[in-house]
Amino acid sequence: MQRIVLMRRLAGMLRDEAVVGGIGNTNFDLFAAGHRPQNFYMLGSMGLAFPIALGVALAQPQRRVIGIEGDGSLLMNLGCLATIGMVAPPNLTLIVMDNASYQITGGQPSASAATADFVAVARGAGIARSDWSQDPDDFIRLVDAALQSSGPALIGARIDEAPAAGQPARDPAQIRDRFMQAMGARKDFGAP
Amino acid sequence: MPSASDKAWPDVVLETLKANDVRLAVYVPDKILIPLIDGVRADPFFTALCATREEEAVGICAGAWMGGMRSVLMMQTSGFGNIPNALASLAVAYQIPIVLLISERGALGEFNAGQVWSSRVVAPVCTALGIPHHAIERLDDVAFILDRSIKQAVATQSPAALVLSPLLTGGKVFAG
Repeated sequence: MQRIVLMRRLAGMLRDEAVVGGIGNTNFDLFAAGHRPQNFYMLGSMGLAFPIALGVALAQPQRRVIGIEGDGSLLMNLGCLATIGMVAPPNLTLIVMDNASYQITGGQPSASAATADFVAVARGAGIARSDWSQDPDDFIRLVDAALQSSGPALIGARIDEAPAAGQPARDPAQIRDRFMQAMGARKDFGAP
Repeated sequence: MPSASDKAWPDVVLETLKANDVRLAVYVPDKILIPLIDGVRADPFFTALCATREEEAVGICAGAWMGGMRSVLMMQTSGFGNIPNALASLAVAYQIPIVLLISERGALGEFNAGQVWSSRVVAPVCTALGIPHHAIERLDDVAFILDRSIKQAVATQSPAALVLSPLLTGGKVFAG
């Protein structure tokens, strides 16, 4: 599957969900599929897309939150799956874009090119609703089912190494500010 | 601001967090922090969450802030050594006020050489990143330093680091 195709399909079904995109190509194609203020784009902190999404989900239990992470990033922080399995946030959906390589640094194979299976790891971490998607229709079906149900879910997508179709401006203050306003959390700013 | 007078330091910390509407307490376990961890777990005011690693906790706290929820991140000095990149590229770059409560190992009677040098990175890293940092050494200072640090972090959209000194907590001593 191609990442931008999945991102465009995903963007087409979103309403007011918060979406946290991990560093590199993951958030590049999230942006390229159509910017929305409810998107948060990471510029560093590799491996923290799912923890950030968990934090948003805890703060906003009424909102659906989606974290999207690449395979290399998730490998850096597999422990977060155990935390999410334990906390079991009802409103959190996790998507892994797995091209089995560190695409942005030159395509070095990642552990998922050999033996690592993120869906199996997630199930073992307590996220029972974890599935590999077979094609773009199946991907959207799984995401839609996850968004309709209570409890964390993880959807894996095996993608190719097509380059990202765009990139957001690397302006962290603006990214964060727009995201917080979209979350309705901007009111928490200001002097005490 | 809560009065420190006749209370133990963990009670003052918990009171001050509540007074500042800090509802999410993320921690990586540490022995000195037991009364704080037990305190946030026992009090329904707090959402208490044990993270697997300090970096992960920075992400959770950052997400919570952006969703409108204040948080505190409790860890040991050795755990601070795990988070400079997360602080630099997330909390500092995006201007996210994460309050770090750091239990100090590595000083004033440390018995484990593995703790000594990692504890020494806290102040230089905070200085390098422009993160305000203070050691809390006296019970009378706990409420003031924590209360003002939370308020400054929120008002200036900056992380803050507070080191709980053995002078305050008694530290961890060799049990044989």
